[in-house]
Amino acid sequence: MTSLPTDRSNKRLGLVIDLDVCVGCHACAVSCKEWNTGGHPAPLTDTDPYGRGVDGVWLNRVHSFEAGEGAAGRTVHFPRSCLHCEAPACVTVCPTGASYKRAEDGIVLVDEDLCIGCKLCSWACPYGAREYDGDTGTMKKCTLCIDRIYNETLEPEDRAPACVKACPAGARHFGDLGDPGSPVSELVRERGGYDLMPEMGYRPTNKYLPPRPRKTRAADIGAPEALTPASREGGAGGGADEAGGFWRWVDRALSR
Amino acid sequence: MHPAYSIILFTTASGAGYGLLFLLGILGAAGTLPAERWLGAAGLGLALFLVTSGLLASTFHLGHPERAWCALSQWRSSWLSREGMAALFTYLPAVLYGVGWIAFEQTAGLWAAFGVLAAAGAAVTVYCTGMIYASLRTIPQWHTEWVVPGYLLLALASGALLLNLLIHLLGVDRPLFPWLAVAGLAAALALKLVYWRAIEGAGAGSDIGTATGLDRFGPVRPLDAPHTQANYLMKEMGYRIARKHAHKLRRYATILAFAIPIAVTIATAALEGPLAAALAVGAVLSAAFGLVLERWLFFAEAQHVVMLFYGRGPA
Repeated sequence: MTSLPTDRSNKRLGLVIDLDVCVGCHACAVSCKEWNTGGHPAPLTDTDPYGRGVDGVWLNRVHSFEAGEGAAGRTVHFPRSCLHCEAPACVTVCPTGASYKRAEDGIVLVDEDLCIGCKLCSWACPYGAREYDGDTGTMKKCTLCIDRIYNETLEPEDRAPACVKACPAGARHFGDLGDPGSPVSELVRERGGYDLMPEMGYRPTNKYLPPRPRKTRAADIGAPEALTPASREGGAGGGADEAGGFWRWVDRALSR
Repeated sequence: MHPAYSIILFTTASGAGYGLLFLLGILGAAGTLPAERWLGAAGLGLALFLVTSGLLASTFHLGHPERAWCALSQWRSSWLSREGMAALFTYLPAVLYGVGWIAFEQTAGLWAAFGVLAAAGAAVTVYCTGMIYASLRTIPQWHTEWVVPGYLLLALASGALLLNLLIHLLGVDRPLFPWLAVAGLAAALALKLVYWRAIEGAGAGSDIGTATGLDRFGPVRPLDAPHTQANYLMKEMGYRIARKHAHKLRRYATILAFAIPIAVTIATAALEGPLAAALAVGAVLSAAFGLVLERWLFFAEAQHVVMLFYGRGPA
């Protein structure tokens, strides 16, 4: 049933991702790929994995961005996966009922046996959470490791999504965001956790914690607060940038 | 958005087929068209052939065409499911209408009711097609009020062109029908021009700052992509066409889909016999190429917000 569940419990399982802590190592993405290629959405097909046209299905992608200008700028590593939205249009557009949102915990899943591979759900998702597997002809997405978190054959401490278990920096937190007293809800409150693209109206469950303000508490040792950028002019290497006109023509002529 | 040929073929061919079915249903039921066997066979045959080949083409887009019947289950929430239901439902009155028209040469009474039902089914199906695109908030060029009327009017106009071809080929004397096609094409052209103007600055109000939430630190720019090769998202959602090329193709689409068919159809209104029929064939061929180009542009000019994560400009 691709209509959203009307008997939703208050449980909202999801992730809280700390952008202050993420080091951009991609361990979460690799661990996700490893678990899920044998898990609920299996397989996550790779095509031409060692060739020139490498392609494959990943449920978690780690971007890196620069935010701010000059000395105030910072590098932010940014993992992107399904946000298990409360108003997921990816579910309601599905013509077959393959896409659904679970009433009991809010996890958004794809029934691989019902999916006809029309790709419309991926068009409806603003977050790029869904990747089509051309080999199986079906859509793949993050399951919040539903086959780990409820898996009683695993040790209790391992009943968490693979990405959360793999993160060496502790940037990923898993829990019930519908419970205001849960550790993840507390983190969101304390750190000002936010939604991605709130203007889309999808009401994501997953929250992102912003990088903390830069520390400026260092003792004054007489050093300048910021270094002045090195000049481009002068110096031996300065000429390279200015190679234009004649020499550029020579370079082009010789490169032919 | 990646312009998939199966979807372009489906929306243009089925659109014309449903437009023709709509006109045959309404005009036949109203008694404006003669209840002659050959007109019914040629008209309904052509309409259902276009509809069916379009629907079959659309299944080539699927990863699992053999499961396509499952799409008839989620009409409560999904426009794609509704489109499938409406398309299938339309066959029933259309075939019964055809039985009356072709077997009994009757389009009045109960047979007229089937005609009206078939016309309603055709209109609802094309409406659902338009809503599949118009309901996607993630694609500002589609999430506009002009998309659904555009699909409806283009289907009607291309159907009217086909009807004009039929009456000339079969020698049915209906001097007003060319003007129906001309009016439909002119209205569709006006709407398309408004649409093209409307999407020039269209945006969902999202940018890389709201996508990442990092605009609190100032301007955001991508530093490293998550992967070295294009993935599914970039291939499916990242299709892009240069603005100057788009504008040139818009001009070609305007000429082929509207200007030539309008001029030629006016000529068919003034002429008679084989020459008028030949011109009507020309108008249909020109419009076919033009509408495929128009539909290709509809996809190629659509920009998905997910590309913001990959550093593409505001959507």
